[in-house]
Amino acid sequence: MDRLLLVISTCCFFLGFATTVQALRARVYRASGLNFFAILAGFFCQSAFLYLRGQQVGRCPLTSFFEVFIFLSWALVLFYLLIGPTYRLSLLGAFTSPLVFALQTIALLRLPDAPVRVNMPPNPWMELHAAISILAYGAFALAGVAGVMYLAQERQLKTHHIHSIFYHLPPIRDLAVANRRLILTGVALLAVGIGSGFMVGNWQSHTSKVAWSIGVWLLYGAILALSAGHRLSPRRAAWLSVGAFTVALITLSGISFIKEPGIH
Amino acid sequence: MEILCLGLSHHTAPIELREKFAIPDGEIGSAAAQLRSAPGVSEAVIVSTCNRVEFYVAAEQTAAGLAAVREFVTARVAAPDEGVFFQHPTAAGVRHLFRVVSGLDSMVLGETEILGQVKKAYAAASESGATSKHLNKLFQRAFNVAKDVRTNTNITRGAVSVGSAAVELAEKIFGRLATCKVMILGAGETSELTAGALQARGVKSIFVANRSYDRAAALAQKMNGKAIHFDEWQRDFHDVDILIGSTAAPHHVLTAAQLAPIMRPRPDRPLFCIDLAVPRDIEPAVNDLDGVYLYDIDSLQAIAAHSLNVRRQELTLCEQMIERHAAEFGAWLADEPGQRQTFMRAQAEGAKP
Repeated sequence: MDRLLLVISTCCFFLGFATTVQALRARVYRASGLNFFAILAGFFCQSAFLYLRGQQVGRCPLTSFFEVFIFLSWALVLFYLLIGPTYRLSLLGAFTSPLVFALQTIALLRLPDAPVRVNMPPNPWMELHAAISILAYGAFALAGVAGVMYLAQERQLKTHHIHSIFYHLPPIRDLAVANRRLILTGVALLAVGIGSGFMVGNWQSHTSKVAWSIGVWLLYGAILALSAGHRLSPRRAAWLSVGAFTVALITLSGISFIKEPGIH
Repeated sequence: MEILCLGLSHHTAPIELREKFAIPDGEIGSAAAQLRSAPGVSEAVIVSTCNRVEFYVAAEQTAAGLAAVREFVTARVAAPDEGVFFQHPTAAGVRHLFRVVSGLDSMVLGETEILGQVKKAYAAASESGATSKHLNKLFQRAFNVAKDVRTNTNITRGAVSVGSAAVELAEKIFGRLATCKVMILGAGETSELTAGALQARGVKSIFVANRSYDRAAALAQKMNGKAIHFDEWQRDFHDVDILIGSTAAPHHVLTAAQLAPIMRPRPDRPLFCIDLAVPRDIEPAVNDLDGVYLYDIDSLQAIAAHSLNVRRQELTLCEQMIERHAAEFGAWLADEPGQRQTFMRAQAEGAKP
């Protein structure tokens, strides 16, 4: 049942992506509500999956890399639903849905999805640490998506090669602001995540994870500080947010299982 | 009932004639009511803009209706010259109105201002009691046609003038222009038009620098901006978001070497440079600087030409949509006793506007 929910959710994100691609390729672009509703439906299925999985494992469903991918996808969509309509970034969904589709497809096809039984009783600090940290990565992921949109629009403005997507992408200043605020949100959440990790008590046995998390926090913190200090252009911030998330995602897979089979 | 259109437009008459027959905004309602009271006319709407003066009437008889409009025009201004005044009987008149509101008959293909002007004309006529069942139906239908055409084709897509292309690009860089400061170097006509287009979108302030300070002051006054001495333009430049260059200088007024140190402390504040001068005022290499977007007259004209081309490609589709709507309106009109044959005959004649 829970895997079926995930398959439906993945199909919803594919549908959201496909409808936007179709709309962009059509002679006349019409912002379709279908994209938003497909993403919303996908989000509900993701939420239902995470709820069921949480019931099964008796804690926040972050016991395996499979669940981490799904939780990360859920966080990414959550931030899109929160900021997309606020900033009128209608096409953000078009850029978000393929990333979520890819993450969930990889999870479904490549990762073992069996629930991992953890013998230790749930620790509230550990739950908070894991959930907040993955939410932070959701914000970083969406910052990366906004970064890609910024770079696409900026390139058209620089080269004077105006394509039809130019008329539908938001102004670069709005994208730069969205990118910066998402990084700020991610840095703040990750700070809480790291802080709560220290409250767990046995952080000394996870030094590589702690070092990695602090490294990611410092990397995004540096992007933020340089931007705030007028020492980093939005274009470079966009490149860095895309690069930083890619590096974080790749290293996450290596770092997560260094000491034990679960995130917890 | 016949629906008739008689008028003149930029296609048929020069501005000297159009302004002669134009009816001021404040008078179009009462003028429509006056026309409606003429013998043989049941309903009337008058559309008067800088590009057209058109009289739409509903009349029982074509000849009587047209004669009444001609008499009305003669009494107001002068006898309508058949060389410049066109007249369309029912089917062609309906089609003509649909083309007008959709921007297909406008000087700038696909412009949308005409829709608002026709809406105003109709509202004025309606308020003065000059319209009834037929013209109400016709104009409501026309507004739906305009919406349909604009929504389902690319007829309004992109900017088709240098000024509007500059505005469109500025909005894609800055979003809302209310916080943007504009500096004009060289008080030329094109720079004035471009700055005017930006001003219409609500830019915060405009600085004007010109070799002749008096000319800068005159333009600044006209644009509600601030004139500065040409030698001092660099002093205020650090705070500018949009630069319009149109001086007659034979060399670059702004180079990448000059601009780089100005941009360094403001990496998160883009600069949009519009170079309208020939020879160019701004060194092309400034476009390589982070956050600087340089467009010269050629690149702006290329964008405008591309948009116009896109709009032209949409014409056939727009005409098909208008034909369909005109046929539907004709069917409605034909439901009235004795109307079907008249409308079908007129439509078969296919009189193009």
